Amino acid sequence: MTYSVGQPVRISARVHAGHHRTPAYVKGARGTVERVHDRFADPETRAYGGDGTPHRQLYLVGIDLRSVTPRDHGSRDRVFVDVFEHWLEPIE
Amino acid sequence: MSHDHDHPHAPLPRADEPPVAARVRALEELLVERGVLDRDTIRRRIDWLVSRTPADGARLVARAWVDEAFREQLLADARGAALELGLDPGPSPVVVALENTESVHHMVVCTLCSCYPKALLGPPPDWYKSLAYRSRAVNDPRAVLSEFGVALDDDVELRVVDSTADIRYVVVPRRPPGTEHLSESELAGLVTRDSMIGVAQPSLSR
Repeated sequence: MTYSVGQPVRISARVHAGHHRTPAYVKGARGTVERVHDRFADPETRAYGGDGTPHRQLYLVGIDLRSVTPRDHGSRDRVFVDVFEHWLEPIE
Repeated sequence: MSHDHDHPHAPLPRADEPPVAARVRALEELLVERGVLDRDTIRRRIDWLVSRTPADGARLVARAWVDEAFREQLLADARGAALELGLDPGPSPVVVALENTESVHHMVVCTLCSCYPKALLGPPPDWYKSLAYRSRAVNDPRAVLSEFGVALDDDVELRVVDSTADIRYVVVPRRPPGTEHLSESELAGLVTRDSMIGVAQPSLSR
C-alpha cells in the first residue's frame, strides 16, 4: 500500500466516464487517511462484466465537512469516505 | 389464456403494478433467460434478506456494553465478533463497527446508492434510501440528526461515514445512563436499528 494512517491526501478531481465509486462531492478535496482497509475488486471493471482484477487498495479518508459543503458545520465535523488508491494523490 | 406449460417463471404482471416493479420484473426475466441467475437463487436471497433483523446487531452492541474484551474484538473485527455470537455477518467482505463516545459521534449514509449492513440490521429503512437522506446527511448532518431527535453538543466531533465501497458500517451507540442493573438481553432491547445507523440514541424511556 502507498498511503498510511494519518497521511494527508487529495482525492483526484479527474473526470471518469462510466461507473466509479468516488462521489463527486469529494473530488478535489483534501483529507487524511483514517484507516487502511483491504484490497477489493475494482468496481470500475466489474460493472462491465470484468472480474475486477487487479484488486485495488481501499482507504477510509476523513475530510473536513466545511471543505465539501457550504453549511455551518461544527469545526471538527468530518465526512469519512472509502476511496480506492487510484483515486488518491499525495500532498506534500 | 392458456397457461399449461410447466417451466417456472416470475409472477404475472398486475394492472396496477408500479413502473419500478415492472422494470425489476423485466430485469429478472432477462437475467434468468440468459442464465445469470435462476429463480431459486433469487428466492433464497430474498428469504435471507427478510429473515435478517436489527435484533442481531443489538446483540452485538449489548455484549460490547457488558464485556470489555468483546467490545475490543468488535471494534477490531466485527465480522469475527458476530461469528463468535453465532450471528451471520453476511456475504459482505468486511463489517466495521464504529463506536460513539462522549466526544465522537458517527452516523452512516450511502450517498451513491443504499449500501447497508443488511446481515446485522435487516433491510434498510426507506428513508435511508431516499435522496433526501443521502444528500442531507452530508450537506447538513447536524440538522438531520436534530430532526431524528439527536442534539449533539457543539464540541462533539461528528463523523458522517459514507459507505462508498465494500465496507459495511455498524454504529455502536453509547450505553444510556441508569442501565447498570439491566441484563445483557434487556440492554439489547434498548438498542434500536436507528441507533446503529447513528441517527438515534438508545434510551431507557422508550
